[in-house]
Amino acid sequence: MNDLCIEARALSKHYGGLVAVDELSFEVGAGEVLGFLGPNGAGKSTTMKMLTGFLAPTSGTALVNGHDIVEDSLAARRSIGYLPEGAPSYGEMTVRRFLEFIARARGFEGKSAITSAGAAIERLNLDRVPEQTIETLSKGFKRRVGLAQAIIHDPSVLILDEPTDGLDPNQKHEVRHLIRDMSSEKIIVISTHLLEEVDALCNRAMIISDGRLLVDDTPQGLIARSRYHDAITLVVEQPEKAASVLSELPQARKVELREGELTVFPADGKKLFEVISDTVRENNWQVSELRLEAGRLDEVFRQVTQGEVS
Amino acid sequence: MATSIGPVLNVTRRELSGYFSTPVAWVFIVIFLVMSGVFTFYIGSFYERGIADLEPFFQFHPWLYLFLVPAIGMRLWAEERRSGTVELLLTLPLTAWQAVVGKFLAAWFFVGAALLLTFPVWLTVNYLGQPDNGVILAGYLGSWLMAGGFLAIASCMSAVTRNQVVAFILSVVVCFGFLLSGLPMVMNLFSGWAPQALLDAIASFSFLAHFADISRGVIDLRDLVYFALVITVWLLANTIVLELKKAD
Repeated sequence: MNDLCIEARALSKHYGGLVAVDELSFEVGAGEVLGFLGPNGAGKSTTMKMLTGFLAPTSGTALVNGHDIVEDSLAARRSIGYLPEGAPSYGEMTVRRFLEFIARARGFEGKSAITSAGAAIERLNLDRVPEQTIETLSKGFKRRVGLAQAIIHDPSVLILDEPTDGLDPNQKHEVRHLIRDMSSEKIIVISTHLLEEVDALCNRAMIISDGRLLVDDTPQGLIARSRYHDAITLVVEQPEKAASVLSELPQARKVELREGELTVFPADGKKLFEVISDTVRENNWQVSELRLEAGRLDEVFRQVTQGEVS
Repeated sequence: MATSIGPVLNVTRRELSGYFSTPVAWVFIVIFLVMSGVFTFYIGSFYERGIADLEPFFQFHPWLYLFLVPAIGMRLWAEERRSGTVELLLTLPLTAWQAVVGKFLAAWFFVGAALLLTFPVWLTVNYLGQPDNGVILAGYLGSWLMAGGFLAIASCMSAVTRNQVVAFILSVVVCFGFLLSGLPMVMNLFSGWAPQALLDAIASFSFLAHFADISRGVIDLRDLVYFALVITVWLLANTIVLELKKAD
């Protein structure tokens, strides 16, 4: 039972009367990049804190590579690399000293601690700043230091709590790139409230709300749940007239006109693109824009977490 | 509660390096040296007594530590919790007990270093007369042990809150209680109604009594055990408080 995996078994955490995580069960296998999605306060961070041994579950448990996080916390922690929310680190230390401290705490001794800190510095492109104290670094660099300490022992399980939160778009891109680079032979669990991140990074997504698992799917599967999935949006000169013609199509379930944009929703399983472009040509409409909708994650997210159908 | 020493010393080392990268350490050392000088030579009438010993030096240490040790101890855990590094530290493969002991040792070694820097006082007394250096050595040992007791209390109080000022005040209050138990003003509160066994117990908690024994040069095993117990018990309490409060 030493396979590469995380297995949560009815993991629960209560704070007084508040249920933060409610009997969460799931399994993650090698090569999976799992995105925890959910509104703020959904229990994403709490779940991660339990998996990494920071918080003891109120009930239930989880196995990380076969090690029980309650019974054998230290062994479980050894196989995990963890980036806590906000990437906390000792600001008064230099990058190199900090990483050497982490390396020693992770079981490297003497020379090998220095070597592995050096390797982590190289891996995360920190070569320009190893002798700077961490508090003087920019947010992007601090986040890289946080990632460096998480991967220093080449863990098979990487747990990252909001790894790109608060970064500018360039830094986000860069951190995602780093994570993607590491993802092939590991399990990576990422929490985020950014939907685009799931799309960009993950091959599996779990939506959590009020401590319960609501959806467990691939990002593509998630998008396919959107009512916009396979819909066609077009901008046309006489939208009202076009709307009435398009709504007659047997392939169309519904037509909506919003802010000059006409969206045609397909009937179950029907494809619209060809039939619409044919209609446009037949009627000689002046079309300035025509696009196939993939689906809208934010809409799925709202729908799932609030039961809202817009 | 396995205490493998490697992870403990790693924490100690990191913690100590942190002290000297901020002004806190230097401010502490300077104040400690100046104050112990003032107490010894002015208030303690070191010269006027005409006796070659360091009693005037040591007798003020409990009062000096009462404020200075909580100042060192207040940041131990409050700062870790405020900055969130406690989550980093306690998800590394080490136990909370190892982390607590590691950080405590760093602060204790630091206070020990400050104590060693008072060596000019020792040189002075040896220049002026022939003191019993065994007694002086015992005095240093007792003083360091007592500082450890204060520090264990301060470390525990520091885990109670993420606010360093609150941690400082709590530590001073609890340390004051331990310092004074055994003095008449505390004992009078209890005598008359409490059973003698309780009175004895309270009196035996006094830092002052145990420190006084050692600094007179009498290294009694009971006094050593007393300080070792105080430190251990408060550090255990520290570990428990940390486990309870770390998530807040």
